[in-house]
Amino acid sequence: MTDEREMRQVYTEKLIELAEKDDSICVLEADLMKSTGTAPFFEKFPERSFDVGIAEANMIGVAAGLASCGKKPFCASFTPFITRRCFDQIAISVCYSNLNVKLIGTDPSIMAEINGGTHMSMEDIGIMRSLANMVIFEPCDSAMLSASMEQVVNYNGPLYLRLFRKKAEKVFDKIENFDLFKGIEISKGKDCTIIASGIMVSRAVNAAKTLKKEGLSVGVSEIHTIKPIDKDIIISAAKRSGAIVTAENHSIYNGLSSAVSEVLSENFPVPLTRVGINDRFGEVGKAAYLSEVFHITENDICEAVRTCIKKKKVKK
Amino acid sequence: MKVNENSYLNTQAKKIRNLTIETIGKFGVGHLGGSVSIAEALSAIYFDAANVDPKNPKWSERDRIVLSKGHAGSALYCALALKGYFDISLLDTLNRNGTILPSHCDMNKTTGVDMTAGSLGQGLSAAVGMALAGKIDKKDYTVYCIIGDGECQEGQIWEATMFAAAKKLDNLIVLADNNKMQIDGLTKDINNIEPLDEKFKSFGFNVYSIYGHDADLIAKTIKKAKKVTGKPTVIVLDTVKGKGVHFCEGQVSSHSITMTEEMWKSAIKE
Repeated sequence: MTDEREMRQVYTEKLIELAEKDDSICVLEADLMKSTGTAPFFEKFPERSFDVGIAEANMIGVAAGLASCGKKPFCASFTPFITRRCFDQIAISVCYSNLNVKLIGTDPSIMAEINGGTHMSMEDIGIMRSLANMVIFEPCDSAMLSASMEQVVNYNGPLYLRLFRKKAEKVFDKIENFDLFKGIEISKGKDCTIIASGIMVSRAVNAAKTLKKEGLSVGVSEIHTIKPIDKDIIISAAKRSGAIVTAENHSIYNGLSSAVSEVLSENFPVPLTRVGINDRFGEVGKAAYLSEVFHITENDICEAVRTCIKKKKVKK
Repeated sequence: MKVNENSYLNTQAKKIRNLTIETIGKFGVGHLGGSVSIAEALSAIYFDAANVDPKNPKWSERDRIVLSKGHAGSALYCALALKGYFDISLLDTLNRNGTILPSHCDMNKTTGVDMTAGSLGQGLSAAVGMALAGKIDKKDYTVYCIIGDGECQEGQIWEATMFAAAKKLDNLIVLADNNKMQIDGLTKDINNIEPLDEKFKSFGFNVYSIYGHDADLIAKTIKKAKKVTGKPTVIVLDTVKGKGVHFCEGQVSSHSITMTEEMWKSAIKE
């Protein structure tokens, strides 16, 4: 089922709600306010809303300066522009300086849809993951975004929020006791666990249901914070099911699957199969088509689980 | 041009210069040329213009000082030490393992450094952010930002300049160390950024072009700039790279230079 509301609406509403109590929250945009949906924040708090124009590098630096004076700046753009375009500014002015700047990247990977390959960041998590001090957070639906925003605002340091801005597939009705740094065990399975993030979580849940009909016991663990990653949820899934499939709307290099692989190989090695974008740039199209093209559909997850379980048997 | 070499501010500039030569000299190698070219600017800022308290370096009302040309960190550390932020003996640790005085400025390491800089072009954006924060909070602090002329080849300088003017940040004073040289040669030969003053003017800045090795003149110009409303100011300082160091004054090679003890001692002026 699709969420009732767009993620960007929830993002802006929560930010306004929190900004009413916290006058240090500022919003910075680089001519994509209409896409990010922060116009209501600009209307409500014009004195702490800034559209810097088409100049992302300067936006990052201005945010760093604001943060050094105690402000909590939230800077947004499309994922490729907020990450790869300003990598050095983020590295030096934000992460090396360890300043409290929040970066919001919208339309991750294939969700840039008809903006096409130039606007698709298959690598943004990888870029951000390589930076010391950076936290990477990707909420999977509006309930999670809503539950998380207060913690995002109060987290004191660089944080990259990877945001699908439209209506997500609903995973949670409501989340109680949300913890920014802990994954969520949606279901437990004995044969395999799918560890998923972002838009892939709902697909993983559906895949597990399909596989159940085949007699397979497949669990789903959701990871919203890719760095620092919740090691416990990964290790316990590996111990329980002995096989892990990762599912992410990102390159299979340096994203969720890499992070999960690192945890597994250092702590509890089990067979792993990865669903993600296999070393390719994006292309124009709608999400359903692109999911097929890049092999990140529910069926691709099912096939990966079957493959992974076979690997487990071979290992035995 | 009459420069009162013995005025208080020019004496402080001389101390900053001598200490910078000694500090880099003792280490044996460093960014000497672009450090000594800003001695007078640092003197005017720290010993006249800036409302800062070395005993309370994080004071929220303080003026902010950003050395965007972060490679001139050595000169900044000498100014900070002379101002009383830390003991002068600490300068002997410059660039040594575990030091709090790295070649390029680091706000998390050095007391009194307001912004990390080293990747050129970024400090000015941060200074603009600080000035913006001052406006939001209705505080009357001033943000001083020292940039290099070579640094102005970075596009980000002009993104920041455009935005500072658009936001009418009259609490921002940029000092452009126009020493006309960069690592690979003369800026006019590598990628000409002149006319620097006209560029800033066309971007909406209030502009002064002055001789950059008279701290009294710089201080006087800053006072004028502080009276200007509705516009940020740039003071383009006509300077000489390696100023006051006989073996490298006006030489491109002064950017980063290796010195023997004999060399640096011979450059220190009474």
